[in-house]
Amino acid sequence: MSDTTHGDTGHGHGHEVEPITYTQSDERGRILLGLDEHRSRRTDTSQRAAKRAERQIAGMFTFAAICFVAAIAAYLLVPKHDIVWVPVLGNVSASNLSLGGLIGLGTLLIGVGAIQWARALMPDEEVIQERHELRGSDEAREDTIEQFRRGAQESGFMSRPIIRRSLLGAMALFPLPIAFLLGDLGTAPDDKLRHTAWGNKPRTRILNQGSGQMVRPEDLAVGGLINAIPVGLTELEEQEGSQNARAKAAIILVRMNPDEIKSTQGPNWDYEGIVAYSKICTHVGCPISLYQQRTHSLLCPCHQSTFDLSDSGRAVFGPAARHMPQLQLDVDSEGYLVAVGDFAEPVGPSFWERG
Amino acid sequence: MKGKPAVNVSSSKRRRPMAAGVLLLLALVSTGAAYAVTTSALSAKSSSAANADNARQGKLLFTEGCSSCHGLAAQGGSNGPSLVGVGAAAVDFQVGTGRMPMAAAGVQARRKPPVYTQAEIDKLAAYVASLGPGPSVPKASQYDFSDANVAAGGEIYRLNCSQCHNYAGKGGALSDGKVAPQLMDASPKQIYEAMITGPQSMPVFSDRQIPAKNKQEIIAYINYLQSAPDPGGSALGRLGPVTETVFLFTVAIGALVAFAIWIGSKAR
Repeated sequence: MSDTTHGDTGHGHGHEVEPITYTQSDERGRILLGLDEHRSRRTDTSQRAAKRAERQIAGMFTFAAICFVAAIAAYLLVPKHDIVWVPVLGNVSASNLSLGGLIGLGTLLIGVGAIQWARALMPDEEVIQERHELRGSDEAREDTIEQFRRGAQESGFMSRPIIRRSLLGAMALFPLPIAFLLGDLGTAPDDKLRHTAWGNKPRTRILNQGSGQMVRPEDLAVGGLINAIPVGLTELEEQEGSQNARAKAAIILVRMNPDEIKSTQGPNWDYEGIVAYSKICTHVGCPISLYQQRTHSLLCPCHQSTFDLSDSGRAVFGPAARHMPQLQLDVDSEGYLVAVGDFAEPVGPSFWERG
Repeated sequence: MKGKPAVNVSSSKRRRPMAAGVLLLLALVSTGAAYAVTTSALSAKSSSAANADNARQGKLLFTEGCSSCHGLAAQGGSNGPSLVGVGAAAVDFQVGTGRMPMAAAGVQARRKPPVYTQAEIDKLAAYVASLGPGPSVPKASQYDFSDANVAAGGEIYRLNCSQCHNYAGKGGALSDGKVAPQLMDASPKQIYEAMITGPQSMPVFSDRQIPAKNKQEIIAYINYLQSAPDPGGSALGRLGPVTETVFLFTVAIGALVAFAIWIGSKAR
């Protein structure tokens, strides 16, 4: 191998530089190791090419400078709220576009110019520098160990046990306050995950979340949909200072022809074709109201779980394993739609203790 | 030899097609005049009589263009639902947006240039409305959104509409190859009609579910979305993180790779 090695030290690049090994092939012509044969660039051989590259690079830097000045001018001159139509981009702010475009172009030109400078004009010799051996010399290793030993002795860590033990004690107690901060995570949820605001009192009236009106059966046309919450939920939220109750109690009400209902989760849980189901997907808890009235299917936009609301909210497609929990509906003496009680099962996604 | 008499015949007949053309023109003009007279007479009639007249003409249009799927009495069939009780608003929406008549059988009728003129649509609507009670075509005052609160409309839109039609009105996928259409071309009247009739997969949002005032607010919000600029740059379809990620992974990372190759390549 060494007989094919070219001797080229690369014009004095430090004392550790090894002679360069160019690509070598064995007697059968297979490439073994090394670099390609050195080819000189046009800018190395032609003075004119070098001059042209120099002008190119200087031109890029100059154009970058012009861009930055133009950006300042654009800041001062382009009205802040003007909208212009630009192909591909659409209706964009003239100010944002000119500022971003000019500053972006300027920095890009500086970068491209710098790289072009290095590629075309800076020295172009291949240099190989071998790695150090990882192991230090025996001398250096012994010296280091000796330093440690002396340090331990001079600090008195071993000879002053009171200091040593008190320090270790302090270090041992350091994690304790952090463990106590975990108390802020709150108490265990107990049965909160199993109950919603619908169970707070029997026969809760139903609020149309959009209009804020209490729902009467005649409000819902066949094929209609209402996003609804229990009456009194807003007060409950103010009392609790959180929207947790809403996250569990949100429902959708839909109406279909009574003879289209194949089954409900309890005997006559619909009211004249109106059914109420939880709005929270039983897969991972996304709120759903993508109700397709022709097929009575409820589609979750997160993972495409699909539930058939005409058939007890059965999961017919997608990753959800459980049906949508249903609310039993009735009408009170004043003709308002009411939920008879709470859901018969926890709403939303699974949790450890759900069983 | 053979062709000679034929040439004679055609030259002697040359004037007759011209005469036929003049006659056709005359017939067209007189029909137009007669139409103008009858329509002006029609508008002079009481509105119920006009409706009955419209309905009668609508039935002819219906028999010709719709009955093959919806049945001769609009009772429905294997290819199309019954239209009894769907109301004039449903016809005005479905035919006015070009969804009906459908070009080909499919899971869903898509928006396309309407086939019928508005006058013909009104007649079809009058006929379908005469079959059974249903929502009527909203009046201009019902979908006038000039005084509506756009921000309130945005809230109601996000509660009731955005799940299917996307928060920016760009539409979205439903199940079984169906889609919720984008709303960029929908007129205020069509938006109102869609809400009260619940076309295809869409649920019905009657005036008792979403009061007329809130509907006007929703229309005002969609009208805002239709012309909303994107001051920050290209909206990438306003589809959210999907297109943004696709753009980053293809265009942006592609550009970085190209630069890296350029930096690493040897200058010549």
